[in-house]
Amino acid sequence: MESLTNTIQAVPLNHYILLSAIIFSIGVMGVLLRRNAIVIFMSVELMLNSVNLLLTAFSVYRGDAAGQVFVFFIMALAAAEVAVGLAIIVMIYRNTNSIDINVLNRLKW
Amino acid sequence: MQTFYIIAFLSIVFSILVISAKNPVHSILYLILTFFTFTIHYILMNAQFLAIVNFIVYMGAILVLFLYTLMLINLNKESEPVKPFMVKVAAVFGGGILAVALVSSLKLLGTSAPVVLKDPNLGLVKNLGKVLFNEFLLPFEVSSVLLLSAMVGAVLLATKDKEPKATI
Repeated sequence: MESLTNTIQAVPLNHYILLSAIIFSIGVMGVLLRRNAIVIFMSVELMLNSVNLLLTAFSVYRGDAAGQVFVFFIMALAAAEVAVGLAIIVMIYRNTNSIDINVLNRLKW
Repeated sequence: MQTFYIIAFLSIVFSILVISAKNPVHSILYLILTFFTFTIHYILMNAQFLAIVNFIVYMGAILVLFLYTLMLINLNKESEPVKPFMVKVAAVFGGGILAVALVSSLKLLGTSAPVVLKDPNLGLVKNLGKVLFNEFLLPFEVSSVLLLSAMVGAVLLATKDKEPKATI
């Protein structure tokens, strides 16, 4: 494990921020691009995960364990969110026989 | 150092495949691969606790939940909705603008110090457990209430409504 952690030592913090920003933007793109509600949910998970990675990188950079504890809380939150969200999607599918989000425009206006 | 760039490239490629795969099952499988590369990132930063939790919770629990829901819903090819081409272009453009804004604001920071692990025990279970149960004890208990309420809410939402009784 020591040799493994030594490999990371030369990566600048900017590159971690860059990676997280790119993956977050891909998640935003997925939300805008797709009409399948489940795929939109997966894009949201992607965004949550990129934030997790960035929090961990900052936590290692600052030598502060609080960042990693926060990532743990975000994971608990994501689990709760996925459970409720998928239940809502199942309910929507039962009522409308589709998970196309463009069908769900009754709350518009 | 080389390992980070290879894994970062893989995570970007897999996350692009997640949003571009036509079949939702394929995009879930690509999401599993993306989360696996994230687990490798955590291991490289010596955040062992987060690596294990990411592996078990995300790849084990959440994605199985996604797959089961997808199988319950039983999508077929014809019902897969497709957006018009111009909307797709606009979506990619919007996401690209966001990425450019983030990256260019990053450029203003100039060069940054490398991420160096000062304390090798930082991400171990023992150290994180001490922090979690001393400083963050109240949020930990509150998150258990959150999970309980999420469970109750999910069961309540997903159960079938009973047929309304005929009024006498």
